[in-house]
Amino acid sequence: MPSDVEVTRRGFLKTGAALATTAFGFDLQPARAAARELKIARTTQTHSICPYCAVGCSVIIHTLGDRAKNVKSAVVHIEGDPASPVNRGTLCPKGISLKQFVVNDQRLTEPLYRAPGATAWKVIPWDEAIDKMARRIKDSRDRGFEAKDARGRTVNRLDNVAIIGGCTDTNEINYLLGKFRFSLGILTYENQARL
Amino acid sequence: MASLAATFGRGAMTNGWTDVANTDVVLVMGGNPAENHPVGFRFVMEAKRHRKARLVCVDPRFNRTAAVSDKYVQIRSGTDIAFLGGLLNYALSHDRFHADYVREHTNAPFIVKEGFSFADGYFSGWDEDRQRYDKSTWEYERGADGYARIDKTLEHPRCVFQLLKKHYARYTPEKVASISGCTAEEFEQVAEVICSTGRAGRSGTILYALGWTQHSHSVQLIHTAAMLQLMLGNIGMPGGGVNAQRGHSNIQGATDLGAWNMLPGYLKVPRANWTSLAEYNRANSPKPLRPNSLNYWGNTPKFLVSLLRAYYGEHATHRNQFGYDYLPKIAEGATHSWGYLFDEMYAGKKEGLISFGMNPVAGGPNSIKMIEALGKLKWLIVAENFETETAAFWKAKELQEKYYGEVTDPENVQTEVFLLPASCFAEKDGTFVNSSRWLQWKYKAVDAPGNAMDDQEIISRLFLKLRELYEKEGGASPEPLLAMDWSYANPVSPSLTEVAREISGKDVRSGRQVPGFGALKDDGSTMCGNWLYSGSFTEAGNQMERQGQSDPTGLGLYADWAWSWPANRRVLYNRASADADGKPWDETRAPVRWKGNRWVGDVPDYKADAPPEANGAFIMLAEGVAKLFAPDFAEGPFPEHYEPAESPVENLLHPNVGDNPAALKFSSDLDPLGNAEQYPYVAITYRLTEHFHFWTKHVSATSELQSTFFVELPQALAEEKGIASGDRVRVTSARGSVEGPALVTKRMRGLQVAGKTIYQVGLPIHWGFLGRVKGPLVNNLTPSVMDPNSGTPEYKGFLVNLEKV
Amino acid sequence: MHTVAKLVDTSTCIGCKACEVACQEWNDQDFTISGFDGSYQTLPDLEHNFWNLIKFNELSREDGQMTWNMAKYQCMHCVDPGCLRSCPAPGAIFQQKDGIVDFNHDLCIGCGYCITGCPFDVPRLSPNSKKVYKCSLCSDRTAVGLEPACIKACPTNCLTFGTREDLIQIANARAGELKQDGHAGAGIYNPEGVGGTHVLYVLKDAADPESYGLPKDPKIPWTVSLWQGPVKWLGNLLFTGGILGAFFHYLRYGPKPTGDEEGSDA
Repeated sequence: MPSDVEVTRRGFLKTGAALATTAFGFDLQPARAAARELKIARTTQTHSICPYCAVGCSVIIHTLGDRAKNVKSAVVHIEGDPASPVNRGTLCPKGISLKQFVVNDQRLTEPLYRAPGATAWKVIPWDEAIDKMARRIKDSRDRGFEAKDARGRTVNRLDNVAIIGGCTDTNEINYLLGKFRFSLGILTYENQARL
Repeated sequence: MASLAATFGRGAMTNGWTDVANTDVVLVMGGNPAENHPVGFRFVMEAKRHRKARLVCVDPRFNRTAAVSDKYVQIRSGTDIAFLGGLLNYALSHDRFHADYVREHTNAPFIVKEGFSFADGYFSGWDEDRQRYDKSTWEYERGADGYARIDKTLEHPRCVFQLLKKHYARYTPEKVASISGCTAEEFEQVAEVICSTGRAGRSGTILYALGWTQHSHSVQLIHTAAMLQLMLGNIGMPGGGVNAQRGHSNIQGATDLGAWNMLPGYLKVPRANWTSLAEYNRANSPKPLRPNSLNYWGNTPKFLVSLLRAYYGEHATHRNQFGYDYLPKIAEGATHSWGYLFDEMYAGKKEGLISFGMNPVAGGPNSIKMIEALGKLKWLIVAENFETETAAFWKAKELQEKYYGEVTDPENVQTEVFLLPASCFAEKDGTFVNSSRWLQWKYKAVDAPGNAMDDQEIISRLFLKLRELYEKEGGASPEPLLAMDWSYANPVSPSLTEVAREISGKDVRSGRQVPGFGALKDDGSTMCGNWLYSGSFTEAGNQMERQGQSDPTGLGLYADWAWSWPANRRVLYNRASADADGKPWDETRAPVRWKGNRWVGDVPDYKADAPPEANGAFIMLAEGVAKLFAPDFAEGPFPEHYEPAESPVENLLHPNVGDNPAALKFSSDLDPLGNAEQYPYVAITYRLTEHFHFWTKHVSATSELQSTFFVELPQALAEEKGIASGDRVRVTSARGSVEGPALVTKRMRGLQVAGKTIYQVGLPIHWGFLGRVKGPLVNNLTPSVMDPNSGTPEYKGFLVNLEKV
Repeated sequence: MHTVAKLVDTSTCIGCKACEVACQEWNDQDFTISGFDGSYQTLPDLEHNFWNLIKFNELSREDGQMTWNMAKYQCMHCVDPGCLRSCPAPGAIFQQKDGIVDFNHDLCIGCGYCITGCPFDVPRLSPNSKKVYKCSLCSDRTAVGLEPACIKACPTNCLTFGTREDLIQIANARAGELKQDGHAGAGIYNPEGVGGTHVLYVLKDAADPESYGLPKDPKIPWTVSLWQGPVKWLGNLLFTGGILGAFFHYLRYGPKPTGDEEGSDA
């Protein structure tokens, strides 16, 4: 904390403030207020990886509170992790502004639904969304699934439904998505890596 | 990646970020790392500072990488093969190639069958009717033993070396200059620097990104770069390699785990004619082409059976071929790449699309076609952090129409859309794989906002609901769905640690994690979700969490930091860093050393205890050596310069064959191509350092850095057109148009190509009709023309017109 | 005691703007989204809420090649700070013993004299708070032994933080390397007119700092030099309205406000 450091301003300000008080009979605010408290002095630090490009920089996410039961954590700052041989604490302008990506009033917080022909979103509950989506997928699969091809060979494929994505999903989620894909027989599975 | 896999054996950056600091020469071409990978670029600056490395930048724009380069050359977009072919010719004709390396570690000595030829823009075997090649003449001559014949003197007239020399003899400095728009002197200055690494004791690296992958001839382009690096002896060497800088945090991981026509670990999705497991294994376990080829893909059955065991658990038995029939089978000859997906969608042949964090309307080629195609779906499911142009494509009429022509009114868009709030990177744990192939584990820091949900839970809940519906109601072939193993401790939201263990694999009987893919078996006794990642989570724990700092070789390998596929190996093909006797080409830069009975240093890309002469250095290829001549590609075994699909000039090498004859094109009413009369300028799209793709337009800080879409254009062109910086201009292609202020710069100039002045126009991509800052979708302009091997669209080097508004 | 400094090696700046955002983020600045001004540069100049700006300069060289100079611009933390000399509000501007020149906004009276006094045109008056702002060299971070936010973020090692003595040595060595590398005019920027600075630059062409957006020969304006003499006394009187205060101030600190006295415990 600031008191550990020898700076002339401490003496300077203190003397100045005392002087002002003496001279004018009012307090010019405590001199310490001039020095901002280190905003990450008591945060919890979590190691993470930047989700943008593929350099794979390590970041430290600073969150409010100490993970105690009654604390609602919030991200207050993100900066580079010096432990990483990749970035050694450095970051690019996108990485250094990651806090604003996580804490962002434009983030989606509820499932949204747009009915055919509608001109606006409507919030729907998760359970209803899952039910509806599963029904759509099943209907399409039941219509389009090809168990055998024209030559009678087992092909177990579905070509009227496709999946795209996964470029910023973790390996584990990509793996689960793969299991999901193959359980339905989906052939088209595109990824940002193509583009 | 298709290119690197065919040439070297694996589709990934050969070396890695930290290794770039070991180089003597950096060629940045088809990428702009100072802007798009600034932190990766720090290793270039280290090499410059500490090794006096030279940085050469070849690009259509004098960009921020060029600003710190030692030599910059401006070229026309889409002429990289000509430039690199010229470098190959320069190395060969000036004896600046690493002859011992080429003889030992490439297929230069391999003899090609009689009948192979190249003339007037076509290789032998072109079938004009089918618009594709019959590749039967692109094969090696085989001996009676079945192995390819070779001539180590490299003198046989049909050996790869002689064919290559002949093929590129046409690529003289003058020819390169007249195609690319640089001068012959500039080219030769660059050639001197690059080819200075063509001997033992010097290393050169190539850094590239989407400036190379986004052409209708991109795979061949990257193959040319790989050939150059092989000729110079730069593969397997610290400070060497062909280093693809991937643009997203986990596209490497996503492809490693089986995107496209792949299962995890680059095992192919079965084709319809591989009707049994045995047939699959036969078709996918290649025969070695040389007696010393380790031919690692010969292990395919072990990897596939272990995967089937992981997928189908108890439902995978000897009796049902471990569930092989459950897997979907692709029709022979069918392709399911991006272009086909959206073309078929536009034709009304798709009912539904599920998008996990992708934004085709903004990021796909030909945005108008993307929008109209999505409008033909019955339903669309999007899981995202923010509302994207794809989820809200039906709003395009209102929000985006001014930038191009008609789109369908929302009232007439019958697509039902679900937009699901997903948690972001900081809100869940798991692994990203960076360009260096490092699997780095991250931890959850906070809960997702509101009712946003983790992706693993979204997927699981959909899966479980579908399984429930099929169990209750039946339906079309429920078996593959019901057989898929989902027996996680918490099936609704599986712990990613548990999934990571499944990916790495275990011995089924003992329940113990396997130490690596060497332990996998084809008898069903092991299960492994991705053989490439086997060893990432062992009995010793999650190796991807490791944060050790040691670097005993001083080469930046960092073997104890995270975990690198395959087998924690850091420099791919590192056996090639030594000669036939195992003596390093460069004693100061030896990633592995032979100690008489074993290799030490990096994890050898070789059998750990096999003597240097036992096997070829490229263990994933049937040849055992790297491929200069690669019959894998659609348009020829050697790269040839073809113009972009929309080009301002004829092909100076063969006027009758302009663009890539095998390029993938579509013929819907939304797929017109333009010509140079109507659209005289060459356009390129690119990223800026200030933004990430289409995400950071939601972020204030980056929006402040660059709030506005702009059109970057050469001063000479601006003067011709009476345009000043800040003036509003409209850029139009055959597909659509965009508008924005001009950024007039001296950093781009007119290029002299085939006797005329060609101007290029730059278009940063980062805007759209949603976000904190908004702007036009640049992909309104781009064509759905793709590379035939990779299916990647030609975002660079298409034609536009430009006018002041 | 050693003083601290930062070194900007312009030969390795890639204009990535990580330092700009690091500064904005660390200091919790409001982000203002401005329009397009025909340049890659974020803003035309520094702002009261934007303290660290990379200036981009496109130049044509004699050989027809281009140069695109990029250099970070911010408070130079002068050894002899013109802002401090010209400030009439006691304690509003102060120089730490480690060389950092910082503002105490509780004491700032918004007169803007420091703006006139700065030969680098750095301090900016906020139209909202009517106080003046600039880079503090992250005095809150340096106070606890952390490097400034901009330094930490910089990916290419263009920025270095350390003691001024060490950095002058590094800067000279780096300039020497650049000379060997064919940049005969390479040198360091540490202008004498302000007694040297705590922000040092390595330039490929040290004779032409203006091509990096740096003033060629910055000096404290003569009006300020006069001001820091007997006239300041008078000014203080007018500004504070407290005759005693000014008097004591003068008695305590004398005419030169950059005293070297050791701070007592605070």
